[in-house]
Amino acid sequence: MCIVINIITIMQNYSVFSLARNALTGHRNWPQVWRSPPLKDRYDVVVIGAGGHGLATAYYLAKEFGITNVAVLERGWLGGGNIARNTVTIRSNYMRDESIPFYVKSVAMYEGLTDELNFNMMHSKRTMVDVVQTWPKLRELRRRQLVMDIYGSTYEQITTEELRRRIPALTGGGPDARLPVICGMVHTDAGVNRHDAVAWGYARAADARGVEIHQQTAVQSLLRGADGSIEGVETNRGTVRAKKVVVAVSGHTTTLTETAGLKLPLRTMNLTAFVSEPVKPLVDVIVNCPDSGFYFSQSDKGEMVIGGAPDMGQSFRRDIKQHVFEDTVTAMLSLFPSFKKLKLMRQWGGHLDIAHDASPIMDQTEMPGLFVTAGWWGGYKAIPAGGLTLAHLVAKGEPHPLMAPFTLGRFRHLDFVMEAGTTTAR
Amino acid sequence: MMNITCPFCGKRNESEFIHGGPVGAVRPDPNAVSDEEWVEYLTVTPNPLGPVQEKWWHARGCGEWFSIWRDTRTHDIVEAPDGTT
Repeated sequence: MCIVINIITIMQNYSVFSLARNALTGHRNWPQVWRSPPLKDRYDVVVIGAGGHGLATAYYLAKEFGITNVAVLERGWLGGGNIARNTVTIRSNYMRDESIPFYVKSVAMYEGLTDELNFNMMHSKRTMVDVVQTWPKLRELRRRQLVMDIYGSTYEQITTEELRRRIPALTGGGPDARLPVICGMVHTDAGVNRHDAVAWGYARAADARGVEIHQQTAVQSLLRGADGSIEGVETNRGTVRAKKVVVAVSGHTTTLTETAGLKLPLRTMNLTAFVSEPVKPLVDVIVNCPDSGFYFSQSDKGEMVIGGAPDMGQSFRRDIKQHVFEDTVTAMLSLFPSFKKLKLMRQWGGHLDIAHDASPIMDQTEMPGLFVTAGWWGGYKAIPAGGLTLAHLVAKGEPHPLMAPFTLGRFRHLDFVMEAGTTTAR
Repeated sequence: MMNITCPFCGKRNESEFIHGGPVGAVRPDPNAVSDEEWVEYLTVTPNPLGPVQEKWWHARGCGEWFSIWRDTRTHDIVEAPDGTT
């Protein structure tokens, strides 16, 4: 039996040899990347949401803790939620003692993820450069630098001349501008990768360890047992029972928990991005302009991937609002006037929930057996560490040290982790 | 872009307004409620998939503060569920 499994594993392993072998047969014999098994009515753990955090949690439950009787239930298609609706920025330049070690761990895990999952993440550790245009922002970033130094993250100030040498397209923000460029801050740990590969890689690796992924399976409500603990979920394909349920659904967290009468300190908002037509290589770093309110990087295809500030009201829409789009473009053209000729191709928005203090929540709720991972802003960068630490909590019943600060209990004690490093906190 | 009706100026472009946050619960007397209820008042706001009541400030206009009901799925400004406002 063991030998059979090993042979299957070897056959599914992606390598130059498997590529050559399949090339000889016209690429017609690649195995399915994951199975589509029938839905059972009972599992040890049900994970709601086949996005980054849900799939990573399922993978680490199987790999690190040997819990393989796991179902990941997805309303739409695998990797079609916020993991397909972000700007793939991976960084650890946060502000708080509680946050930085978590993100340092996550960035390190991302760097080894291609080997870990045997799936090419196209990881590009390309550095993030902040364009600083106000003195209060510089003061804040230098304070962040001092805290980051303690935890092994990197931040370094560079002069305007050095900044313009590294980013030749940055021609705006001169001495006469409303917001002249003061200096740059360089975060060499930052990078980008391929979001689909993260979803597919985790899905494939979790599936290979026995986790079942069920797409087109919408969870409609949570089932509370007679003793008050979670009993399972009601889906469009029937009732699925489990003693442990993980909610990893981003903006819809409260929509689901309210079906069990559970209130959480979360609001759902809309964060958007858009993409230009592909052009020749122009910018080889991630450029972040916190004072102007936009950031971008150039994808391997040559497109500029551009993000701006969030729309402030609550929103479950998945497109960009006209004035958010106009504000972002105006800010971008003030620093990069040559981008005026760029044609824009696509726009998208994701709905994310934000907690009262802009930090994530990873905890067991007051309903025993029900776990939530929510409140993620820039949750893409947190997927590996978020999955690992949540799996630890689900398997062992006690929080992983890296996630211990991000409990629901912090609200009870008004012991907030006020985070200034998230996109919205500026 | 929304057209928001200011009670003083009438229908104006959204760019004249600043979002003032959701209308939360009425502030309870801190001495009359339990710690849990107080924390809930401080941190939990309604997050409906549908109409939500929120404050707006006509900052680049007459300066009026007022509240509207807005559908979070469409951003349409809607009638209050109970017919008021």
